[in-house]
Amino acid sequence: MSKKVGIPRALFYYQYIPLWRTFFEELGAEIVVSDYTSKRILDDGVKSCVDEACLPIKLFHGHVLNLKDRVDYLFIPRFTSVSKNEYICPKFGGLPDMVRHTFKGLPEIIDTEINLRKSAKNALEAALDIGSRFTGSRMAIKRAFHKAQKDYLRFRQMLKEGKLPEDFCGREKQRPLVRQAGNRMLNIAVIGHVYNLYDSYINMELLDKLRNNGVNIITIDMIDEEIINEKCSTLPKRMFWNFGRKAIGSVMHILDRDDIDGVIYLMSFGCGIDSFICDLAERKVRRESNIPFIVLTIDEHSGEAGMNTRIEAFLDMIRWRHKDENNISAYG
Amino acid sequence: MKITFPHMGNTYITAKAMLDDLGLDYVIPPSNSRMTLELGTKYAPELACLPLKINIGNYLQAYEQGADTIIITGGCGPCRFGYYCEMHREILKDLGCDMEIITLEWPDKGLPEFLRRIKKLAGSINPLKLAKVIKNVTQVALQVDELERLTFRTRPREMEKGSTDKIYKAFHKKVLEASGSREIKQVIRETAKQLSSIALDEEKKPLKVGIVGEIYTTIDSHTNFEIEALLGNMGIEVHRAVTVSGWIVEHMLKKALNIPRDMRYAEAAKPYLGKMIGGHAQETIGNTVLYARQGFDGVIQIYPLTCMPEIVAESILPAIERDYGIPILTLIIDEMTGEAGYLTRVEAFADLLKRRRERPSIGKDWALSGS
Repeated sequence: MSKKVGIPRALFYYQYIPLWRTFFEELGAEIVVSDYTSKRILDDGVKSCVDEACLPIKLFHGHVLNLKDRVDYLFIPRFTSVSKNEYICPKFGGLPDMVRHTFKGLPEIIDTEINLRKSAKNALEAALDIGSRFTGSRMAIKRAFHKAQKDYLRFRQMLKEGKLPEDFCGREKQRPLVRQAGNRMLNIAVIGHVYNLYDSYINMELLDKLRNNGVNIITIDMIDEEIINEKCSTLPKRMFWNFGRKAIGSVMHILDRDDIDGVIYLMSFGCGIDSFICDLAERKVRRESNIPFIVLTIDEHSGEAGMNTRIEAFLDMIRWRHKDENNISAYG
Repeated sequence: MKITFPHMGNTYITAKAMLDDLGLDYVIPPSNSRMTLELGTKYAPELACLPLKINIGNYLQAYEQGADTIIITGGCGPCRFGYYCEMHREILKDLGCDMEIITLEWPDKGLPEFLRRIKKLAGSINPLKLAKVIKNVTQVALQVDELERLTFRTRPREMEKGSTDKIYKAFHKKVLEASGSREIKQVIRETAKQLSSIALDEEKKPLKVGIVGEIYTTIDSHTNFEIEALLGNMGIEVHRAVTVSGWIVEHMLKKALNIPRDMRYAEAAKPYLGKMIGGHAQETIGNTVLYARQGFDGVIQIYPLTCMPEIVAESILPAIERDYGIPILTLIIDEMTGEAGYLTRVEAFADLLKRRRERPSIGKDWALSGS
């Protein structure tokens, strides 16, 4: 019988799932992904995790609880860095330890360190370490890893074309772009961590709401890496967070374009990286343009009505601007 | 050019010694106060960590006194501190505060850029003189921390309550009047002598508490409501492993000279947190284990709200609490922290420790969790 590997549907799930899925399945393991985020999962996470942690980390704990009794392994790699000379949030590095010391009776945790800070070759090292639990053949692991990488690149390409992870990860929905009578489509950039942006429960279906209101969404994933890097090279100090670089680079790129009607920054309360990047982004947008900018903060207490009101007000303001020739304040 | 720098506990003494020795013009910002924090909170992003806010307050207060250049240290992640300099720059720019920021760190562009920054700061300086300044300044840092450790020892044991605080307070006044590392060292020596002459109750076996957590909030006594004096005056001896001199010696000098660092804490942290994840999380975990092994009565963790590495540490600490049977209290500080509530928690924790010692027979089965 094949071994069951549990993957919590949280955090980097939204960034790497095709890679993980192909890799484990090629090695003959069975993948069990936790259920879609629900009130129950969120509540479980909030209850078991320390109060001070940010929403995505709490949610991750909820997903672990959802999985832990039905799998042989929990896949919680220790992410230190996913790109050369860059870090990610320190909480990712401590995540396996946080989980291990929070819950009792967990299955074995696959907590291989993934650290590409020095060299991207370390990814293969990590893959070999993870794969050794399922097969003795290094060749088989390498083959699985290469195949997984191919699927991952295809996934990135689809994201770039504007598809959402949910569109091809088993929850296909008809997502027509709704054009509102008499209004032109708005182009709105939505900046935020993948795990806030693509988890439609936690962001209260922000993306669907925007689409249904006649909005074309532009995410970080749709912007070319080279453009981002070129923009970031003009920063006085190199940005050492992977997400930070992509977010700031995207915002700087957006300022160059003249087809963007607004910027929405989706952050979770207590996120250390967002607290800086969001502030830097906002200062840049306000200083160098008159593009409307709004920050939507989510946490476990967020109410959907408040969220709706803010989104609607933001979109109305942009539309009135077009109608009334820019006489409305940009600071929504 | 009038230099200033952010406050962090006693670091201003070390910084003052360095700037005096280099013969530079500088302003020491008024010591941290409610006003500093309020200024910072007003202009810094809401969810930024507390030290950033206090730093901004420091700069604005120093700016009023004519400072135009800021020196701070930096880093390259993953802790937010590494990007402080850029945040400071942006915030001050939007405020119309015309101040230059010089970051003392190893830049991406390597040695030439580093030398350019040093030159900007100190002009052309004889490398031999620079080495001498570094040596003297490091000595000052070490001695200041030594002095502080002495107060940790005398406070719970002094026969006449308040004598340590009186001497230590006077020290902070005197040190501002001294100039250069030589005079400062003289003041430190005199103070150490005064402290050693306090009448102590040598029989007393005070409770021992270790302080761990994020470096700024543990070191800066205004920010942590003078936790060390507070506990000391309750008759508790405190110990804190993370110090300014430790940071200078371990992280700057030993790294630069390629000398192996003291990694005992990393070894101790291994079963709980296997890797360095930035900030002081590994120190927090490791030192807590070391304190537990050394028979300390309790540990207090302090960190500013939203501090990423310490949140990881906080969620692991209960495991150490369980394994070693040592009570741990976590105190989280931000601009909304009220002193009364904070004191109540510390007092309750101190009471718990006292009771545990008084009842050794049932000690282990007693309520443990202080958080």
